[in-house]
Amino acid sequence: MTYLKPKFHHPDLPKNKLGYTRKYYEGSLSTLCAGCGHDSISAAIVEACFELNIEPHKVAKMSGIGCSSKTPAYFLSNSHGFNSVHGRMPSVATGANLANRDLLYLGVSGDGDSASIGMGQFVHVIRRNLNMVYIVMNNGCYGLTKGQDSATADVGSKNKSGNINQFEGIDLCGLAIELGATFVAQSFSGDKAQLVPLLQAAMSHEGFALVNVLSPCVTFNNNTGSTKSYDYVREHLEATASVDFVPYAEEITTQYEEGETKSIQLHDGSWLELHKLAQGWNPEDKISAINALQNARKHHEILTGLIYLDTDNKELHDLMNTTDVPLNKLTQDVLCPGLEVLESINADLR
Amino acid sequence: MEPTNVNDPEYYHKVVDCQHACPAHTPVPEYIRLIAAEKYTEAYMINWESNVFPGVLGRTCDRPCEPACRRGRVEEEPVAICRLKRVAADFKGEVKALMPKAPQQKNGQKIAVIGGGPAALTVCRDLAPLGYEIHLYDEQSKGGGMMRSQIPSFRLPAEVLDEEVNYILDMGIDAHFNTYVSSLQQILDKSYDAVFVGTGAPRGKDLKDLPGRQEGAANIHIGIEWLASVAFEHTHKIGKKVIVLGGGNTAMDCCRTSRRLGGEDVKVIVRSPFSEMKASPWEIEDALHEDIPILDNHVPKQFVIKDGKLAGMLFEKVKAVYDDQGKRTLVSTGEADVFYEADDVLVAIGQENSFPWIEASCGINFNKWGVPELKEPIFQSSNEKVFFGGDASLGPKNVITAVAQGHQAAISIHLFCQGKPLTERPAPGTNLVSTKMGIHEWSYENDVATDIRYIVPQADKALTLKDRKKEVELGFDVKTAFKEAQRCLNCDVQTVFTASKCIECDACMDICPTNCITFTHNGEESELRTRLFVPAKNLSQDLLVSPTLATGKVMVKDEDVCLHCGLCAERCPTAAWDMQQFFYNVTKAYQ
Repeated sequence: MTYLKPKFHHPDLPKNKLGYTRKYYEGSLSTLCAGCGHDSISAAIVEACFELNIEPHKVAKMSGIGCSSKTPAYFLSNSHGFNSVHGRMPSVATGANLANRDLLYLGVSGDGDSASIGMGQFVHVIRRNLNMVYIVMNNGCYGLTKGQDSATADVGSKNKSGNINQFEGIDLCGLAIELGATFVAQSFSGDKAQLVPLLQAAMSHEGFALVNVLSPCVTFNNNTGSTKSYDYVREHLEATASVDFVPYAEEITTQYEEGETKSIQLHDGSWLELHKLAQGWNPEDKISAINALQNARKHHEILTGLIYLDTDNKELHDLMNTTDVPLNKLTQDVLCPGLEVLESINADLR
Repeated sequence: MEPTNVNDPEYYHKVVDCQHACPAHTPVPEYIRLIAAEKYTEAYMINWESNVFPGVLGRTCDRPCEPACRRGRVEEEPVAICRLKRVAADFKGEVKALMPKAPQQKNGQKIAVIGGGPAALTVCRDLAPLGYEIHLYDEQSKGGGMMRSQIPSFRLPAEVLDEEVNYILDMGIDAHFNTYVSSLQQILDKSYDAVFVGTGAPRGKDLKDLPGRQEGAANIHIGIEWLASVAFEHTHKIGKKVIVLGGGNTAMDCCRTSRRLGGEDVKVIVRSPFSEMKASPWEIEDALHEDIPILDNHVPKQFVIKDGKLAGMLFEKVKAVYDDQGKRTLVSTGEADVFYEADDVLVAIGQENSFPWIEASCGINFNKWGVPELKEPIFQSSNEKVFFGGDASLGPKNVITAVAQGHQAAISIHLFCQGKPLTERPAPGTNLVSTKMGIHEWSYENDVATDIRYIVPQADKALTLKDRKKEVELGFDVKTAFKEAQRCLNCDVQTVFTASKCIECDACMDICPTNCITFTHNGEESELRTRLFVPAKNLSQDLLVSPTLATGKVMVKDEDVCLHCGLCAERCPTAAWDMQQFFYNVTKAYQ
């Protein structure tokens, strides 16, 4: 019986610039169902952090409740974490971020945690443009309570017991763009070639970054007739563009024909290279992004890749003009600047 | 790459590195699991069927399995396979009743076996249950050949050897000991249906042309002859100062035996650099432990005689120089020659084949190296009735190779006596069966122990150096044996992949602790190897490649450092991966 991962690793495992192997970014052995899409997303997060040379102790993993929200135990064992109340991850993440803006906040949530019980929190964290990566592991059902339809289940999708969903599914990406999200991407757990660069870009983005990942529930929502099964998603994928993430200070080497490629520079100096752009789609134009989403829906396609990106934005700290230094690093002389400063403030208020 | 053909039993056989490296292909992981389950008798029988002398080999084998062991690539040290074999022999129960017996009613055909060593005894064991009447001729007073005459008792107690030799002789072998066969023609004239020659490589190399060899003859001994003389109680002592020439296992046995027969200042002096000595590392270690210095890069120049008696030896100091092809030459360092005193010198610089008793009239062709012309695995000589095996066939190797050759010669003899073509050899016996017992439950222990290799305890040096027959190694106790057995990675439990069941969820690739699995687009092997999650640089290890999957990709597994932990199968939602136990058994003549 195995509940522990063997400690041995491949002797030739590559190391990143910090001298860490992927092993250092892994977590404990997953207790999710065998074949769960969420495990692939965990592996993609490991890969993205490894390749970005992120120091694990500079990451905070935030989650709510659900299968998805269990996953922070399965990646980045050496990072900080907070497993919060159901649907309340955004407010805990907001508090943590305001207290210490030096960490990378990885929020992990599910379709129930975000689109049902946590919808109120979800929309407001977007509205406030909190600087975080918000990953939704979206399987269209409540896996932890035996597979009832969730709010992101598509109309007409058949669940495991044969019931057809009658309600309109919530499109998290469309909603996020509407609410002013500054980075919106959609991907599939079974397509790491696309998911990993998207996660890297989201981690490099300053402001709120939503990555909605379709992640089949092998146990309750992988049946024929489901629109979130491995087979259905693979058959209906339609990428906006293929994505390459080029880290800061590395040269762009690939060459594509003009008009087919778009390079977008992110805040930290890294580049996002998009190739073979979908027709009439401009990732920096909100209206064209919404059109692309609506068109895909009309044709029963699942649009993946980067959908919308606004690099010219102000995140919550900038909007609120807060201190640049994490609260725990503020020394007494800064916190209590003395009578003179107090008097000048008071004078301003008179 | 083409999808891997796993229906060829050799594919999975190769994954079991230890078994594949063993000349006799003993099913190693299977008997190690039985040892962990305290089923020592069963573990012994698995060994006995395959290598005939588990108790002997568990103490003295050259262990080609251990350098091959996958554990050695995952961490530092391989599993102590050889010494676990000894555990099976030490703690076994009644085994004789489990062994095949020779039928009362013979089949009417007669075989002569010349020699009583490992190859010859293996032939006897494999053929006796088939009803052959077997006549064995050996010049020694007891069976065992070089296992008795060349391996000292402090490494291999006589009782252990006697027991395993007798299992075979008790199968109704008509053994003629103390009978030196001086003419093969005489044997052939006795109208045997077939003759097996397993007479070893009996001639120790000498330094005939070195000055002083004749004058000092009384105190210069050929290593293997001297060891035999000790084993058969003809020699009981040696001078205080002893030089042993040579860097192989015989040299190690000579120096350690000398220490027990009165040698106080015993040195091994070898031509080559220390790192290139032929002796097994553990035997060198044991010699050093017994305060025997090893002087390398010394080429013998002269036996120095004083007052008509050997006084010592003169050596030239050399260094090894390598050319572009890596070919070594020993060149003088230019330093003055060095002299070492010696009362006795043992020459253990190798051994050769010698067939003075085979007449030209027998019709056996020999090649330029002085060994008979034969082909593996047939072992039939140019006289169709005469078969060879062991050191007598392809030159000096080791016990386990002799056993493996004996098995093949026995098959050839059996086919020959039935008038069947010798090339139509029996296929290996194989079995592949799932170990799945339930969720997270397998019929083997898939938890990978991180223990490092356990050391076999030794008896106190003060005691062992006093008594030539006192065994140095004590063997593992049951508890340590269990812990050592748990280090085995169960490489015979194969990762069997069924492409049609795979939904490409990547779960196996994500979980694999040693990153063996990659889903990618197919390509030429050399190019594909570079594209794996961790590039597959060990070219001696195969890639398991699936047929093309639904998305157009293939599953590629690099067998190199797979822990056989079964996590891929545990994380697979569709049971496309399964852990299946593979059993591979070289078919013997009597099976």
